[in-house]
Amino acid sequence: MASAVVNIATAALDWVAVAFDAPFAGAVVFGVHINGHLVAEVLLIAVLLFQLTRKSYKPPKKPLTEKEIDDLCEEWVPEPLHPPITKEMKVEPPTIESAAGPHTIIEGKEVVNFASANYLGLIGNENIIDSCVASLEKYGVGSCSSRVFYGTTNDHIDCETRIAKFMSTPDSILYSYGISAIFSVIPAFCKKGDIIVADEGVHWGVQNGLHLSRSTVVYFKHNDMASLESTLEKLTNKKAEKVRRYIVVEALYQNSGQIAPLNSIVRLKEKYHFRVILEESHSFGVLGNTGRGLTEHYGIPIEKIDIITAGMGNALATDGGFCTGSGRVVDHQRLNGSGYVFSASLPPYLANAAIAAVNYLEDNPSVLTVLRRNISLVWEGLSDVPGLTMASDPLSPIVILKLKNSTGSLKSDLELLNKIVERVLVEDSILIVSTKRSVLDKCRLPVGIRLFVSAGHNESDIKKVSESLRRVACENWPDIA
Amino acid sequence: MVRLPYSTALTTLFSYGLLFAFGQLRDLFRKIIDWFKSSSEDLKGYAPICLGLEDFYTRRLYLRIQDCFCRPIASAPDAWFDVVERYSEDSNKTLHRTSKTSKCLNLGSYNYLGFAAADEYCTPRVIESLKKYSPSTCSIRVDGGTTDLHTELEELVARFVGKPAAVTFGMGYATNSSIIPALIGKGGLIISDSLNHNSIVNGARGSGAAIRVFQHNNVAHLEKVLREQIAEGQPRTHRPWKKIIIIVEGIYSMEGELCPLAEVIAVCKKYKAYIYLDEAHSIGAVGKSGKGVCELLGVDPADVDIMMGTFTKSFGSCGGYIAASKEVVQYLKDTCPAHVYATSMSPPAVQQVISSLKVILGEDGSSRGSQKLAQIRENSNFFRCELKKMGFEVLGDNDSPIMPIMLYNPAKIPAFSRECLKQNVAVVMVAFPASPLLLARTRICISAAHSREDLLKGLEVISKVGDLVGIKYFPTEPPKHETKVYKVE
Repeated sequence: MASAVVNIATAALDWVAVAFDAPFAGAVVFGVHINGHLVAEVLLIAVLLFQLTRKSYKPPKKPLTEKEIDDLCEEWVPEPLHPPITKEMKVEPPTIESAAGPHTIIEGKEVVNFASANYLGLIGNENIIDSCVASLEKYGVGSCSSRVFYGTTNDHIDCETRIAKFMSTPDSILYSYGISAIFSVIPAFCKKGDIIVADEGVHWGVQNGLHLSRSTVVYFKHNDMASLESTLEKLTNKKAEKVRRYIVVEALYQNSGQIAPLNSIVRLKEKYHFRVILEESHSFGVLGNTGRGLTEHYGIPIEKIDIITAGMGNALATDGGFCTGSGRVVDHQRLNGSGYVFSASLPPYLANAAIAAVNYLEDNPSVLTVLRRNISLVWEGLSDVPGLTMASDPLSPIVILKLKNSTGSLKSDLELLNKIVERVLVEDSILIVSTKRSVLDKCRLPVGIRLFVSAGHNESDIKKVSESLRRVACENWPDIA
Repeated sequence: MVRLPYSTALTTLFSYGLLFAFGQLRDLFRKIIDWFKSSSEDLKGYAPICLGLEDFYTRRLYLRIQDCFCRPIASAPDAWFDVVERYSEDSNKTLHRTSKTSKCLNLGSYNYLGFAAADEYCTPRVIESLKKYSPSTCSIRVDGGTTDLHTELEELVARFVGKPAAVTFGMGYATNSSIIPALIGKGGLIISDSLNHNSIVNGARGSGAAIRVFQHNNVAHLEKVLREQIAEGQPRTHRPWKKIIIIVEGIYSMEGELCPLAEVIAVCKKYKAYIYLDEAHSIGAVGKSGKGVCELLGVDPADVDIMMGTFTKSFGSCGGYIAASKEVVQYLKDTCPAHVYATSMSPPAVQQVISSLKVILGEDGSSRGSQKLAQIRENSNFFRCELKKMGFEVLGDNDSPIMPIMLYNPAKIPAFSRECLKQNVAVVMVAFPASPLLLARTRICISAAHSREDLLKGLEVISKVGDLVGIKYFPTEPPKHETKVYKVE
């Protein structure tokens, strides 16, 4: 047994010696004789191959067992669906019991109404109501379908043509809700990778559109052209060929009552090659000699503004919204505007009301003179109210008064303003409102008291509101008065 | 579920490939021609407003069949209506209206209970409210836009649906887009059905919460996703989710299927998730007294946390509502942007909903409401049964008034639509982007205003055109000799 092992061992050793002493197994490397280098290399390669075939060490991944998942699900406690209800949430707005014109009825009493954006005084207009009645008898109320299916009536197409003719653009497209116009238009044209420069004071509809578009959004200081120019300057180093760039502004900001200086914006847009999206909800039918909006006000040809959107729930005293621009812009939205394709169309009687309102505006441009006179009367009456200062543009029909000295937080400011507004309603029967902000709104502009001036108000209404506000403010801040 | 025959899939892919190739060829020629013509100075330095392939579908595919969509009508969308004839001089690029109309059977409008046209009870009241309140209040709800009509409507809707309180908005689409961000934000999880409507998708994206999708109507998959997500927590940080909302629809508008609500609620209760039910198409249209899928499937409304619906379909008006507990509604009235920033619902539209709800509930003193509900159920079941017997591939469940018939091939879309219109039946085509690219279909919506003769005429025309176009994918049933009596309980 032992001799057999010794024999095998000597035989192996002989083989190794042969391998070592073979002529090709000798080498001279750097003057050193190495015998059996081939054997050494073969061994090295064998070791390498062995290591490569070993699996690398990973800490063992143990997936959760069913029981552990069950336990986690048992332990998990969700937050309640709504946060605790505060007393501000419980406050109900006043319920009006007649048409929301310049004079309305609340709880049986007649009240002067400064809370409705009825700028041209078209609420209660006989012509509009008659055309609506004819439309209701013909079409019923709703259109029961999307525009892409059988929800397009002749009235819709006529309304779009009428608005395009009024604005001197090739075409326009009608949306069924004012706020949905802007938040459908922006995602239709701006995609991921595009650049948008927007004013920080835009309202929630615009903010939602900007968020849904997934583009890069940069805000500039509210209505500050120097800030806009420096922002545009910083963003012009990208290649212009594939990236689309937009400036989004409102013509008349509903959060602050300021009017955008369109001439500077157009100059900057042409210098830096941006396109402009202009939101004209509160300026359509108000600014300009014949009510055609901000472009007429500044005397800029309408072709320079790429996309104009507006809600018709203000000056035109109807509901819905429209968007107008070049033919390409409007056609693109007929398949890509989500509020157009995926939603039911505007009720035909409201489209009829819009046509009647635009006809009225074109035939009676003097109503704008009345509106402007009313706004200046309101400014005269409210410019020296103690504790409050005028914060809006002198031409804006949304008159905003903010606190001279803020109490420190938006919440307490709003409480104080709500108290004043309530006293004015209860004691003097005048309905004015404070700017409400939702928690979801990103806008941080100061809050204030809002009055919507209409061409339907007369001088005594305006005198009443000035006297009432002055009296309540004096009582609230007796030391300043 | 859609069962796509193999040969049909191949031919559909081939058709789309051919259309794509032709479209690219035309684009190439367009580029060459444009290169010769110099581009205008105005556009120098600006990227084109629609890049490359973004509007390829619109330019090269949709424009060929543009005459099947956006057909204008000249009368109310009742059971029969007048479709305006259009002509084109440049092969469908632009369409011009004529003053001629043709009276067609309406199988496309969402007019489930027949309130679309002037109604004997609703219309006089609507006209009265129009004269009293004007077409619009020009004001937001929290300022001066809340009239006593709005308050009455909210109470009536809450009572109808079976929840403590409700809030209404002027547009159904905006309801979803602005409610979901108010309910859930970053740190929350939304699990939604894969075939949910675009408004829900937009609302979910706008909220900033994480979104996961579960397979359509597959409750087992929903449970699996829920368990995984609760166990894993938020991505990367693994913190527990703040809350989880599951969003389903009552009837899916492109499939006509009901959702398995009882099972979904059982899963939600087990894992403490909230459920959001979108009843846009089912409120007023299904259920014994029109109260929606909850009534049809025997689910208690108190088990559903948020019920949403629209007034466009069954009530012949516009707008949407949310019904939930008093606290949730109070919170939404304070936060929801569509309530705080958007113009309030038009008062005549509010009156229309109030009147139609009263008719459905029987509070107008007649039994028209229950007659309409019985009529639509009978009509839907009869129509679906007959279509299936003819060999069409019809989707959807029984009792649902929506019936999609599968077409698949892109060429069949305009063929079916134009042939039906020639025989005075107006149908609706659903192609990309409203449905997946390969699954084009035509969708029939039945109304309570359709009489038995209308339905028979519709069936006859659809059968003839179906033979012509070749969409009877299943074998026809041989006609039975005895007449069946359809029982309605």
